[in-house]
Amino acid sequence: MIDGILDDFFWRALIGGLGVALVAGPLGCFVVWRRLAYFGDTLAHSALLGIALSFVIQVPINVGVIITCLGLALALVLFSRSKTLATDTLLGILAHSALAIGLVTLSFMPSVRMDLTGLLFGDLLAMSRSDLWWIYGGAATILCLLALLWRGLLMSTIHEELARVEGVPVERLRLALILMFAIVIAVAMKIVGVLLITALLIIPAATARRLARTPEQMVAMAMLFGFIAVTGGLALSWELDTPAGPSVVVTAFSCFLLISAVGGKQRA
Amino acid sequence: MNEVLAELSKVSVTLNARLIVDRVSLSIKRGDIITIIGPNGAGKTTLIKSILGIQKATSGSISLQPGLVIGYVPQTLNLETTLPLSVERFMALGGCDRKGCQKALARTGVAHLMTASVHHLSGGEKQRLLLARALARQPGLLVLDEPAQGVDINGQAALYDLVRQLRDELNCGVIMISHDLHLVMAATDKVICLNQHVCCSGFPEDISHDPAFIETFGTAVAESLAVYHHHHNHRHDLHGNVIGGGSAIDGTLSEGTLKKSTLDDAEAAPTCSGHHHD
Repeated sequence: MIDGILDDFFWRALIGGLGVALVAGPLGCFVVWRRLAYFGDTLAHSALLGIALSFVIQVPINVGVIITCLGLALALVLFSRSKTLATDTLLGILAHSALAIGLVTLSFMPSVRMDLTGLLFGDLLAMSRSDLWWIYGGAATILCLLALLWRGLLMSTIHEELARVEGVPVERLRLALILMFAIVIAVAMKIVGVLLITALLIIPAATARRLARTPEQMVAMAMLFGFIAVTGGLALSWELDTPAGPSVVVTAFSCFLLISAVGGKQRA
Repeated sequence: MNEVLAELSKVSVTLNARLIVDRVSLSIKRGDIITIIGPNGAGKTTLIKSILGIQKATSGSISLQPGLVIGYVPQTLNLETTLPLSVERFMALGGCDRKGCQKALARTGVAHLMTASVHHLSGGEKQRLLLARALARQPGLLVLDEPAQGVDINGQAALYDLVRQLRDELNCGVIMISHDLHLVMAATDKVICLNQHVCCSGFPEDISHDPAFIETFGTAVAESLAVYHHHHNHRHDLHGNVIGGGSAIDGTLSEGTLKKSTLDDAEAAPTCSGHHHD
């Protein structure tokens, strides 16, 4: 039965998409709370470079993407220490350069047949069984990490210095969060494409903010809105033959507009 | 009573090739209230942060009593509006149980806000929440960075008063930064005037005559401190109601005087010292 379902690419895409929404919810909340939207975008843009890298050093694509994201995050930390450029300028430089270098590098590899549109905007048909393993393996890792580190992460988001005084290992938690972003980008790439990953992180979280009264409620609702976006988007893509990623984002955005219109005043 | 909680010896901090804190030595004992004053950019916050362990000292040594619990009250709580958070939850994140949280909030006078959203608190309520949070940790040393920021003038006096009471109840040491010189003087045992290095330090009444203090703050400030032993004859609680000493009629009278003195700036100083004489 399950085997039969997994033979169908639509179901594979849907199951994979739900797995991604499961982790995009909580991580998206952190992106919104810690104002990391542009940072997330920069990491996601570097994913293309990661794909090229994985062909060069002969590792699975997901591994290549995770390594590149972590490398870029490290480069950001080093560059931002010198403080000669504003952070948004620096992020802009790295985001687009990483994307451009990735595209140029891939063009040198004619033997590698890649569907570029699929990489940039997501591809419903490309979801394989091994992708599902990656998604659920990644999701399990992230959810375990979040459960373990939740109090510290929340505390250092609320007030970093107060957290430090209370003995929260703020720096290590920041690294853990970056690692989780790298993983989610590597696994979400297939569904929404590298250009739209940040949207899947931010929009459900921002939608949830209107209704939530506690951080945990916001996370749960962000997951729910993520599920709705993925299901609706894939159905749209299936029925109307629209690109998967943009369809998911359009659905998420529709939810956001709807909740903003009827949700009324922010409660807490 | 003379137990040393923290000892700083020739602590210097250099940031981006700029000397921010210059060879500061001081010791904080149990029961002390030490106030750090100084102009902007004098390195007050940096010094505090090095005691808290947030900022590494470039040279010198800081030794804390083993097992010392520090309660930190930061300048402000600037919570992102995107993060929904209730007072209760914020307290619980500090690790205390519900009863302990309630007790601490009651002690700082904000128990009624237990279920409120942190976003809806006023400046004064936020400061009291931060103080309650530090209090709930049963600190041996309380560190406050401009605790009265964003609090109206009566609230400021009440807040400093509360800090002094808490010192008595917890028998802890207190070190704080303040700009509210005249208010803080009454509640302080020792004042340290910082301008990268320690300009002068001592008892509040002595320090205003110190040439180094006058040089840093100007004669006007030093003189106003000397005359400012002025106490309000009543206090307000958080809701603006008059509490303790003095009747409501007294309250309206003194507020009338206050209004007059703000209207007529030239007469402000005599009004103030006149107040002092009665």
